Amino acid sequence: MEDYQGTIYDIIRSIKDPEKPGTLEDLNVVFEEGVSVHTMAHNRCNIEVKFRPTIKHCSLATLIGLCLHVKLQRNLPTSHKISVIVAEGSHNTESEVNKQINDKERIAAAMENPNIKKMVEKCIKDPD
Amino acid sequence: IAMTTALQCIDNLKDHNDRVWDVKWNPKGTLLASCGTDKSIRIWGKEGNKWVCKSILQDGHQRTIRKVGWSPCGSKLASASFDATICIWDKSSGQFESAATLEGHENEVKAVAWSQSGEYIATCSRDKSVWIWSVDEEEDDFECAGVLTTHTQDVKDIAWHPFEQIVASASYDDTLNLFKADDGEWVSIASLGGHTSTVWTVSWSKDGRRLVSGSGDKTVRIWQRFDPGNVEGIATKGENPTWKCVCTLSGYFKQPIYCVTWCHQTDMIAACSGDNSIVIFREENSSNNSEPVFTAISSAPNAHEQDVNSVAWNPVIPGLLASCSDDGCIKLWNVDVD
Repeated sequence: MEDYQGTIYDIIRSIKDPEKPGTLEDLNVVFEEGVSVHTMAHNRCNIEVKFRPTIKHCSLATLIGLCLHVKLQRNLPTSHKISVIVAEGSHNTESEVNKQINDKERIAAAMENPNIKKMVEKCIKDPD
Repeated sequence: IAMTTALQCIDNLKDHNDRVWDVKWNPKGTLLASCGTDKSIRIWGKEGNKWVCKSILQDGHQRTIRKVGWSPCGSKLASASFDATICIWDKSSGQFESAATLEGHENEVKAVAWSQSGEYIATCSRDKSVWIWSVDEEEDDFECAGVLTTHTQDVKDIAWHPFEQIVASASYDDTLNLFKADDGEWVSIASLGGHTSTVWTVSWSKDGRRLVSGSGDKTVRIWQRFDPGNVEGIATKGENPTWKCVCTLSGYFKQPIYCVTWCHQTDMIAACSGDNSIVIFREENSSNNSEPVFTAISSAPNAHEQDVNSVAWNPVIPGLLASCSDDGCIKLWNVDVD
């Protein structure tokens, strides 16, 4: 299971920060211990990814959350349930951010917004 | 959790190539409309023993179609889309044709529902508003009759009372609201708090005395209307009834509940969730009026391979249930009715 945690972390470590130069890993926004895997019945997994925005009032926290969700959805089996949350105490409006970035309807609608989609695609594009 | 019988899957309709968000039966129970991420609406009907796709309605929307709603006469269908519009489809000529587009919401429209009388359409959106449109059937004319801005967040779902001009709405702000026309003006008459996360879905009982709601807090709640002077002694204000949560069903779901629907033939409640399951609830016979007991009588823990987004009871054939999922499938189920 530790291997799988590493596999999942490999999917997200290279995501670029929407604002600053560098990856989410470089900026310590994501970290391997933030990934947890719970195996459920029928080969299903609940995956939880915690991230730490660089500043507590980071207005891009929801965009980072969206990038994490989208990239994980595209790279993991559809039987997995993914949740993305900000690490405790790392954001001023923690519960609001967590609610919004795990609302699947909001995620779907955001990815149909051409401007948001463009930003997300740019951030999650695999490095050459 | 007591033992429940298994739901019996009788058909699996796979034609949408992506997430299916909603399914709705026409009032006669002969057609099923489905919609989703592929921006199309499919109309399913029975040929012999098989349910087949009879028509595909396209080019009405630029983005995901989130929900659909039939007119009470069954000749029109409304679709609500993330493109901020509502399309009205008319099949009086035989084929469904786009008859009107309702514009006014600022962003994603999340639900659309026709009032029982056919006089009104209600819509709701992420723009936090509920709109009431008055319908002129002859002219295919739809005029805004009211904009309700009581919710402080995204409005996820709406449902008309079965015979009164009352609308219930469910929101990301964790509450339900009730609206009615008062001297030609639409006003909020009650706000129902209790859920601790997004309320995704709301449905009325046949007698209009109760509501069922489902939430991101993974509970199903039953709300009941207490009129002034009620025998239970529940306090009311003036001439207005009080709405109170009389039952909370928890422990049945591991993920958000995306749809609950109350069958007006059998009184069974179907609920579905992001944990891939469907559970059927019913009130126990010995149940007390002000403290009713609902129990799970049937379930399908792995109804679909992914999140189940919607469930719909056939309005004519007792126990026939349709469901749809992120897995792209629409399934038909038979629930034993005793």
